[in-house]
Amino acid sequence: MQPEPRIIGFLCHWCSYAGADMAGTSRMKQPASVRIVRLPCTGRINPLLPLKALMDGADGVLISGCHPGDCHYREGNLYARRKLELLHRFLPFVGIEPKRLRYVWVSASEGARWQTIVEEFTQQVRELNQTLEGYPSEGGKASFSNEDNVSSSEDKSF
Amino acid sequence: MKIGVFICHCGNNISAAVGVELVARHALRLPGVVCAHTIHHACSEPGQLLIQKCIREKGLNRVVIGACSPRVHEATFQRVLVQAGLNPYLLELANLREQCSWVHEDREAATRKAIDLIDMAVGKVARLQPLLSSKVDVNKRTLVIGGGIAGIQAALDVADSGHEVVLVERTPTIGGNMARMDKVFPTLDCSACILTPKMVELATHPNITLHTYSEVEQVSGFVGNFKVQIRKKARLVDMEKCTGCGACTLKCPIKAPAEFNLGLDKRGAVYIPFPQAVPHIPVIDKSICTYVLKKKCGLCQKICPTDAIAFEQQDEVLEEEFGAIIVATGYELMDWTVYGEYGHGKYKDVITSLQYERILSASGPTGGHIRRPSDGKEPEVIAIIACVGSRDAAHGRPYCSSVCCMYSAKYAMLTREHLPNSRVYIFYMDIRAYSKMYEEFVQRAQEKYGANYVRGRVSKVFERNGRLVLQGADTLLGQPVELEADLVVLAVGITGTASTIALAKKLNISHDEYGFLTESHPKLRPVESSTPGIFIAGACQSPKDIPLTVAQASSAASKVLGLISHDKLETSPLVAEVNIRRCVGCFRCLDVCPFSAIEEQVLRDGSKVARVNPALCQGCGLCSAICPPAAIALSGFTDDQLISQMEGLCSQNPV
Repeated sequence: MQPEPRIIGFLCHWCSYAGADMAGTSRMKQPASVRIVRLPCTGRINPLLPLKALMDGADGVLISGCHPGDCHYREGNLYARRKLELLHRFLPFVGIEPKRLRYVWVSASEGARWQTIVEEFTQQVRELNQTLEGYPSEGGKASFSNEDNVSSSEDKSF
Repeated sequence: MKIGVFICHCGNNISAAVGVELVARHALRLPGVVCAHTIHHACSEPGQLLIQKCIREKGLNRVVIGACSPRVHEATFQRVLVQAGLNPYLLELANLREQCSWVHEDREAATRKAIDLIDMAVGKVARLQPLLSSKVDVNKRTLVIGGGIAGIQAALDVADSGHEVVLVERTPTIGGNMARMDKVFPTLDCSACILTPKMVELATHPNITLHTYSEVEQVSGFVGNFKVQIRKKARLVDMEKCTGCGACTLKCPIKAPAEFNLGLDKRGAVYIPFPQAVPHIPVIDKSICTYVLKKKCGLCQKICPTDAIAFEQQDEVLEEEFGAIIVATGYELMDWTVYGEYGHGKYKDVITSLQYERILSASGPTGGHIRRPSDGKEPEVIAIIACVGSRDAAHGRPYCSSVCCMYSAKYAMLTREHLPNSRVYIFYMDIRAYSKMYEEFVQRAQEKYGANYVRGRVSKVFERNGRLVLQGADTLLGQPVELEADLVVLAVGITGTASTIALAKKLNISHDEYGFLTESHPKLRPVESSTPGIFIAGACQSPKDIPLTVAQASSAASKVLGLISHDKLETSPLVAEVNIRRCVGCFRCLDVCPFSAIEEQVLRDGSKVARVNPALCQGCGLCSAICPPAAIALSGFTDDQLISQMEGLCSQNPV
């Protein structure tokens, strides 16, 4: 059996981290795949951080911030959206499937939404990992054919 | 580097799903870790003492605690570090409860994740630096938004302690929804008798400035130093000259549905919302006044004995500064016309609970005589349907409105007092009479006043021969019921308001999908919003009755007093800092900073570099993410701290 994928979550303190806590206080069961890094705001995310996580062997990166208009710092999540949209397009060029990066909005009261997102994204990453089986891999990473990159780059999980 | 790791059992909240001993043993193998312990309750006194003892005896200079969410106990554990003589920012919490043990069933996977989380925390804590907070002055003035009973109570409590309060109310009068009510449960004292004296006290209080017909336009700043723009909408009546005689309101030829009476009667274009309104000064409705629209009429201006009508008046925007803000914007009834089974609002004699309050009220449209809206006749049979738009997931309202059970019983009593020959039927799901004197109150309605309780939902209301027919089921008898009634009162559920959501966006506080404001912690911080210095009170937080609303308002006031009793406030040291040796002076940080916290600084050689004003910086980190030479670092979340945290995870192999 495949081990559970290891996903790094970058969550903003004010909405999404509280939303993930809300999922906990409501005992909403989810796969044990996401390891959360707490940030003040998704606007703090330098695109190099998720990129480094993926290069270092994380199976996926899940970024979650406040809904547009609800940012504690007014517009940090909008800056994050621009940067991550670009990062998303850039990933195929360094041989990483864009499907390994997802950026979502979860508010402090949306524990159930967080649960669903974790389930969906974990499944998505599991499937990507399965396609890797049989490839020579090094530290969980392998090279992908060009076609894979093109097809998966069409995915917009924003 | 001497790192101590403490893993909390949290009773068995964590240890039930996570092998805490295994996690602790693993932690001992990590670089820099000199001791690792498990504790039954890290936040309890023995737990805190153990952590302090380890810090002193082992000379720890970094601490990792694997316990609950930092949103719950970060401050508690920071105090533990301070008491042991350590800088409070040398602490990292790993969230082993809310984000691990409570959400995972597979013990092995949860333990593996807990080990990862500890790896990450140890990775980060090794890079943390001691931080010192700076101090800022605290403005002692308080802003209260909303002039219902919650806002009134909070404003009076703060003002009575000798501090200045500004109350902003959107409508032309204070009083809110409570002013609409006739009598209030469980004592049946009249709402006006207990509310209107408070309204007058508020208006005449030397420490309170009242802005009615005003709205909060913009909010900036932070705890202790908020800057607020308040728009005073033009009343078109000079408040200095007006004596409140009401002559204009009688002469105005234009009529529109009266908001205060929920459309049960009409008011003029110039009107005083209700007889006890505070301030007792009319307002001109600019959307219908013909003088405003086409310069015709002006009758009010002609007859006003004090020449107080001022059509030339313009909106005024005030800029004020406050140290704390209390939000008490109240509730409204949900739009019940989505219920097709009750006629979508097409039957005149199907009314809402608040409309029935106005019908019962002596100052209401019928002068306190119960008459049905369609033909003005006294109803013989009155049916009350509870839980319309509450506890109804099908209509997106899964929550209880918390007051309908009680006011339904109240309506039964008041109706029978007004019309002794009437019959009252209450269709209910369950009776929730949980508070002091509530159960007795419902019993009295049944035994002394002969209210007929029918357990079951009404599936249909329709008209037959001028009466309303209710069809439903009596689930206790297990048989269908049909009732002919003259008046149907819907106990409509309570919802947050669209204007509260708009305000929440201005204030940067969070709300839920129903428009209720979210408290900082549901049990331990019930009146604090997600933003420091902003407090919430009353039904804008969740549906609640008057006793709870008043209690919460006083609680919010005491929180405000606790805040403004300090002359200086410690600011969070988790702010951005510029390394001037690296800064190239491109000022992209200045462009992105939402708080104008970045300034230009000229060095001795004439070159310009960025400087962060720590009093303005809120610590979002936008500048740090955009800085091309990585010259700005956000303390507590620097690049190397975050990378070290991630490496703590990625470098480890699965156990």
